Amino acid sequence: MNDLNTYLLVAAILFSFGVFGVMTRRNGIAVLMGVELILNAANINFVAFSRFGGMNFDGHIFALLVIVLAAAEAAVALAIIINIYNNMNTINIDEASSMKE
Amino acid sequence: MTEFTFWFIITLTILSAGMVVLSNQLIYSAMALLSTLFGVAGIYVFLWADFIAGVQVLVYIGGILILIIFGIMLTNRISSVRLSQTNVQQGVGGAVAIWLCILMSLVISKTPWFQADASEPVGTVAEVGTLLLTKYLLPFEAISLLLLGALIGAAVLSRKEN
Repeated sequence: MNDLNTYLLVAAILFSFGVFGVMTRRNGIAVLMGVELILNAANINFVAFSRFGGMNFDGHIFALLVIVLAAAEAAVALAIIINIYNNMNTINIDEASSMKE
Repeated sequence: MTEFTFWFIITLTILSAGMVVLSNQLIYSAMALLSTLFGVAGIYVFLWADFIAGVQVLVYIGGILILIIFGIMLTNRISSVRLSQTNVQQGVGGAVAIWLCILMSLVISKTPWFQADASEPVGTVAEVGTLLLTKYLLPFEAISLLLLGALIGAAVLSRKEN
């Protein structure tokens, strides 16, 4: 509980799951969920290092900025996915591979 | 008791993260993502970051997860079979992910991390707020502009053309 390595290992496992999701999922929204897992893993690292580096608050600021970026990314990505669905009637990213209809 | 809660939260986070990427039902993935995000918020509490934990619950669970569920419902008929989805190339993906995990675990356990003693702060909101409006004022404004632009862009992109 008071060991930095525990938190880093949890973040590493979350990151690996996220990478696995991004690589293997076909559905665009499921890929987005993998990206969220990766961002959360990065956030755990930021906060853990700030806690074990003498309670430095800079890590908290970085975590906040990452959360805001995740929100912006999710909004834009979902708008794009809904557009793809309207144009191609699928959101499987291996089927929606053409740039033009 | 604290120890038990800690390991419970860790287990919950990892198991539901696995379900997010392995489940065949998209809605189940979203629900598993909910408990993963809650677990991460719990980890933040154990790391003395109460404000970040609150923001995690508000923004991730209250905002991003709802957006994702909206996305699922707008792009699938909820009763259709297409809502289920399969993974492709699980062998290669799994191998790369496990290799990454082992590599990072080795690096983490072998590195002598710098650690400094600290006492638990009473609350972190005041410190974070002061930093945001002094040392990190420019990044704060930049990220505000980016968020505004992204939200306007999302609204324009998803609007029906006529």
